[in-house]
Amino acid sequence: MLRAGIIGLGKMGLSHASIIGAHPSVEMVGLCDTSALVLEAFRKFSKVNVYDDYKKMIDVEKLDFVVVASPTKFHYDMVKYALERGIHTFCEKPFSLTIDEGQELVKLAMEKNVVNQAGFHNHFIGTFRELKRLLAGGILGEIVHFTGEAYGPVVVKEKGETWRSDPREGGGCLFDYASHVINLIQEILGPPVKASGSQLKKIYSKKVEDAVYSILTLETGVSGVLSVNWSDETYRKMSTSLMVMGKKGKIICDATELKIYLKEAERKEHHDKGWTIKYITDLAIPVDFYLRGEEYSAQIDNFVECILNNKQTEINSFEQALRTDRVIDLIIKDSKN
Amino acid sequence: MRMDKVLFGDNQFFAVNHLSDEKSRQQAIRFKDDDSIIRVLDQAIETGINTFMCTTHDRIGNICNHLRAYPEKYSGFRIYPCMPYAHKYANAVTELGVIGTIKQYVPGNIFSTFTKGGVAYLSKDFIKLMEILIDAEMKMFRGINTPVIFIQNVVVDLILGLKLYDIFAEYDAYIRKKYKAEPGYITMNLPALLGALKIAGVENPIVCSSINKIGFRMSGGIEAYEKCLAEENFRPVAMQVLAAGALRPKEAIEYLGRFPQIESVLFGASSKAHIQETKEIIEKFIH
Repeated sequence: MLRAGIIGLGKMGLSHASIIGAHPSVEMVGLCDTSALVLEAFRKFSKVNVYDDYKKMIDVEKLDFVVVASPTKFHYDMVKYALERGIHTFCEKPFSLTIDEGQELVKLAMEKNVVNQAGFHNHFIGTFRELKRLLAGGILGEIVHFTGEAYGPVVVKEKGETWRSDPREGGGCLFDYASHVINLIQEILGPPVKASGSQLKKIYSKKVEDAVYSILTLETGVSGVLSVNWSDETYRKMSTSLMVMGKKGKIICDATELKIYLKEAERKEHHDKGWTIKYITDLAIPVDFYLRGEEYSAQIDNFVECILNNKQTEINSFEQALRTDRVIDLIIKDSKN
Repeated sequence: MRMDKVLFGDNQFFAVNHLSDEKSRQQAIRFKDDDSIIRVLDQAIETGINTFMCTTHDRIGNICNHLRAYPEKYSGFRIYPCMPYAHKYANAVTELGVIGTIKQYVPGNIFSTFTKGGVAYLSKDFIKLMEILIDAEMKMFRGINTPVIFIQNVVVDLILGLKLYDIFAEYDAYIRKKYKAEPGYITMNLPALLGALKIAGVENPIVCSSINKIGFRMSGGIEAYEKCLAEENFRPVAMQVLAAGALRPKEAIEYLGRFPQIESVLFGASSKAHIQETKEIIEKFIH
C-alpha cells in the first residue's frame, strides 16, 4: 500500500482525498489544510491524521506521494519540499506562478527521479483522448485552424474578494479556466509559441480577468483562437471544447461527444464521408471509483500506476505543465502591449 | 411503503444531458419557462405517473408553488427531492472556498447562528450544520408529500471515498425523525456504497444507481453490480438505464427485468408519447 497525503482541502483537494481514499492500492494517511473547521470535521469523523503544517505532515507520515491542491501561490514551496525528500508529487493546475520557479521544480523532479504529474484532467476524458489519437493519425490532413474554448458560471456577479481575486496569486480566469484549454491545445495540436491580440477582460471581478481572448500561433505555424470566459451563466458547469479544421475535414470535440466531418470517406478508421458522431458512452475510461467524472479517478490511477511501476508519466508531467505556464506568460505579456 | 415502479426525473428540464452539451443547450431553451416544465409534468401525470424525483434546483421552488396552488389536482402527487443541487455549491467553492460557501448558503449568518465563538463552536457541531443545510434545501417543499429524500451522488460518493461513514447514519436518522421520510442515496459506486452503509448500520437502504446493460457509469464493474442486485439487501432504484441514450428503451428495460429486486426505474423525457412509451415498457418488464 502506498502512503498518501493531501495538502489543501478545497474543491479539488477534497475530491482527490475521496478518490485516493477509495483507491485499493493507496492508504490515505494525512490531510493538511489551514481551515480549523475542515480539519475538525476529519478529526471527528475519520481516522486520518490531520495537519495544519504541510512540512510536519511530510516529515511525520513517511509519505510515498503527496497531492498539492493548495492555492497556486503555495505550489512552489510545497512541491519543492516534497521533491527534495524524494516524494512522488501530484500538483494541481496551474503549476507555478513564475517560469523560473516552474523550471526549478521540473529540474528537481528529474534529479530526484520521482513521478511528477499535474492535474490537467481533460486528457483523461475519452473524447479528447480520441481526438488526439485521430489527429496523430492525420485524419484531417494539413491543419489550417483551430479554436479552443471554455465557458462556465464561476463569477456571475460582482462581490467580495477571495484568493482568486488577486492576479499575482493566479486567481483569474487565465490561470484557472484558460490553462485547461491551452494545455489541451498544446498536447493535442502542438505547443503555442506566440500569442497575439490577447485580451484579459474584467467583467464582474475587480482585480482579475473574467475572460481571456487570444490568437495563438503554434510551432508548426498554424494559428487559432482561444476564447475563454468564466462569467457565462448560460453554461451550467465548465464546458471545454476544441474545434480543429484541416484540409480533409473538421472535428469538434467536447467532454461528451466528438463530431467528425470528412470531405471523403476514410478507410483505415471506417469513417464515412460527411458527419460521424462518437459519444463518451463508448469512449469513457473505465474506473473503479467515480466522483464527478471518470477523468478525476483516471488521472490518479495513472499517477499511482507510474509509482508502482517505477516509470514516468507520459501525460501531464511537470514539464508539460510548465509549457502551459509559458503560454500563460506569453498571453499576459501580449495583453500588456 | 413500496415506491412506484416509475419515477419521473428532471434532468431534461435543467439542461443535463450526459451525451451532448449541444442537446443540453436546446433543453435549456425549451424549458426556459416554468410553465413548460409544468406542462410536461401534467402530461406525465396524465399517463399515470405520480412521483417526480428532482434536484433541489432553485426553479423547483416555483414548481412547488404551482403544486401548492392546486392541491386537489396534485393530491396524489409525490416528490422525491434529491439534495443538494451540487453545481451551485461546486461553483461557489471554486470561488469562495469551503467557509465562504457555508457563509453564502446557510440561511442567516451561520457564524451568528452559532453565536459562541463562531467557527470554533461550529466545528463541535457538524451534525447541526448538516441539519441546517438539509432544512435549507427542504424549505421549498413545505406542504408537499416527500416520502423519500435522496442525497445526490456527488455528496454520497465524496463521503464514501473520504470514509466518513457516520455521516450516512446521521443523515438517515435526521431524515426519518424530522421529515418522517425514507432516506435515499444516489451513487455512482453501488458496490462500495452498500458496504459502507452496512458499516454505518443503515439497513435495507433505498439506493439509486446507474444500471444498464453496457455498464455505463457503473463503477466497480457491471459484474459487481449484478452480484449486488442478486445478493444484497437493499431497495434498488435504477437510473441511467438508457446509458445516456446509447440503448433503446426496450432492450434497456428488458435487461432490468432480470433483477426482480429492482423496485423503481427513474427516467426523464420531454414528450408525452415518449413518456407513455417508456412507462409502458417499464411496467411490462419490472415486477
